[in-house]
Amino acid sequence: MIKQISVFLENKSGRLVRVARVLGDAGINIRGISIADTSDFGILRLIVDQPDAAVKELKDKGIMATETEVIAMEVPDTPGGLADVLNYLQDAGINIEYLYSFIEKPTTNAIIMMRVEKIEEALEVLKKKNVPIVGGERIYKF
Amino acid sequence: MTAKKTTFNPVIWNAHYEKMEREKLSTLQFLKLKQTLERVYRLVPFYKKSFEQAGVEPGDIRSQNDLRKLPFTKKDDLRDNFPYGLFTVDLDEVVRIHSSSGTTGTPTVVGYTQNDLKVWAELMARTLSAAGGTSNSVIHIAYGYGLFTGGLGVHYGAENIKATVVPISGGQTRRQVKMMKDLGTTLLACTPSYALYLAETIDEMNLAPDDLKLKSGVFGAEPWSENMRRVIEDKLEIDAFDIYGLSEIIGPGVAYECPAKKGLHISEDHFLPEIIDPETGESLPKGSTGELVITTVSKEALPMIRYRTRDITTLTDSPCSCGRTHTRMDKVSGRSDDMIIIRGVNVFPSQVESILLEMGETEPHYQLIVDRKGSLDTLQVLVEVSEKMFSDQVRGLETLDNKIRLEIESLLGVSCSVNLVEPKSIPRSEGKARRVIDKRKL
Repeated sequence: MIKQISVFLENKSGRLVRVARVLGDAGINIRGISIADTSDFGILRLIVDQPDAAVKELKDKGIMATETEVIAMEVPDTPGGLADVLNYLQDAGINIEYLYSFIEKPTTNAIIMMRVEKIEEALEVLKKKNVPIVGGERIYKF
Repeated sequence: MTAKKTTFNPVIWNAHYEKMEREKLSTLQFLKLKQTLERVYRLVPFYKKSFEQAGVEPGDIRSQNDLRKLPFTKKDDLRDNFPYGLFTVDLDEVVRIHSSSGTTGTPTVVGYTQNDLKVWAELMARTLSAAGGTSNSVIHIAYGYGLFTGGLGVHYGAENIKATVVPISGGQTRRQVKMMKDLGTTLLACTPSYALYLAETIDEMNLAPDDLKLKSGVFGAEPWSENMRRVIEDKLEIDAFDIYGLSEIIGPGVAYECPAKKGLHISEDHFLPEIIDPETGESLPKGSTGELVITTVSKEALPMIRYRTRDITTLTDSPCSCGRTHTRMDKVSGRSDDMIIIRGVNVFPSQVESILLEMGETEPHYQLIVDRKGSLDTLQVLVEVSEKMFSDQVRGLETLDNKIRLEIESLLGVSCSVNLVEPKSIPRSEGKARRVIDKRKL
């Protein structure tokens, strides 16, 4: 499982850059990023090389941040590649809260970050179906 | 556009009392005060106790000046003795209940005997007459009817002067305009902000003030300024009069403006006004600005001794050009507590705090932003997101947002919008957040 950082952002200019600056100044590298927003606020989801340190840095600066566990999995970079994997979870009755892709150096597979409601069960299902699960050593660092 | 201004000549409803010589009035007040004090001391354990704690008995009050020896009564005392603890009569003598919203969810309840209602109808008759109301008037009452004192309070006064009463209550503004036009309404009673809203609606409906027969209006239940009076008078082409009251004392009609529009006459044959320093509780001389304190001397069901209204004003008893002798209070300029009035509803920031506390927030940081869009008050509630509230899912935060909004709306009875904001984004002074920002230009 991968530690993802979720950050609360008001929909106001300068909020995103502040988060990026805090992490940059602390020497923390952002590896993946996704944002969900409404008209009032957004939730920034980050994959970084030092998740625990990142949360501490952000909180010290008064920025609301928490850690959430997500699954990183490899999906064939071909049409229907994602659909197959999602079907496995659907069949097992596991809901996906959200997902986003993770950029890595070009390979034949894409990496998808995914937050699900029953994480252990989801991992079981995916392993059984031989979906490659990506570990922290590869996600946090090259 | 200029106001068509007074073409009517308002009558004084009860010249005997409204124009009573001050010396005579003073004697009358003192007599009634003594009776009231004896009564509450004998019948209400709360007063007996609070008088004893202050080391004073009704017999110690030998002049009106001695009033300051008596302890204050506060809104909390009503709440602590909810519902009937401060009543001096049995329920079989109580014929009406009204209620106002409380700061912590516990409302306060006030009661009236038959005679109290008669006094109230008399006060409102004085108020409406001073604003040009007569038996020929068609009076449109757009205050809410129900537990709120506004609607029914004005209603019985309007019937008392034998006017034609249209008890329309709130809402359905276009229909209200149509009714005013069709029925030939001459006098409007509502909150000043609703009067402005009606004016805008008249315009939207491609009508002009000339299509209506409105001559005057009695506006209250929320603070408004001279500037707003000018706007209302210009837009509706009427004379606009201020009215003051609070449910704890009796409701609307405690004080009212006369055509001089130089302050509101407090009906001193029923209420004794004082001005105190809200910090020290010390009595201030006439002419000083401070918190208005009222003692009722006619109320039967629920007399109030030195009730702290929390309204800031100034008193003057210099002669008024209208001939009334009763003391005048300036338009209320503010509050000595943090209460705000939104669309006629009393709102305390602590009510919002109690909701957030109930939702598990130990130290909720929030801010109320009151504004006026068009002519309607808006309430926006900013809530700082705390660790407990925060979720990495949009749905989670939206649900929270909604829940806070619904809880606030159901407790306050005022619609609002809720915005979740970042921690520490609400400015603090001395560690405390500023709870209210009132952007309304009254």
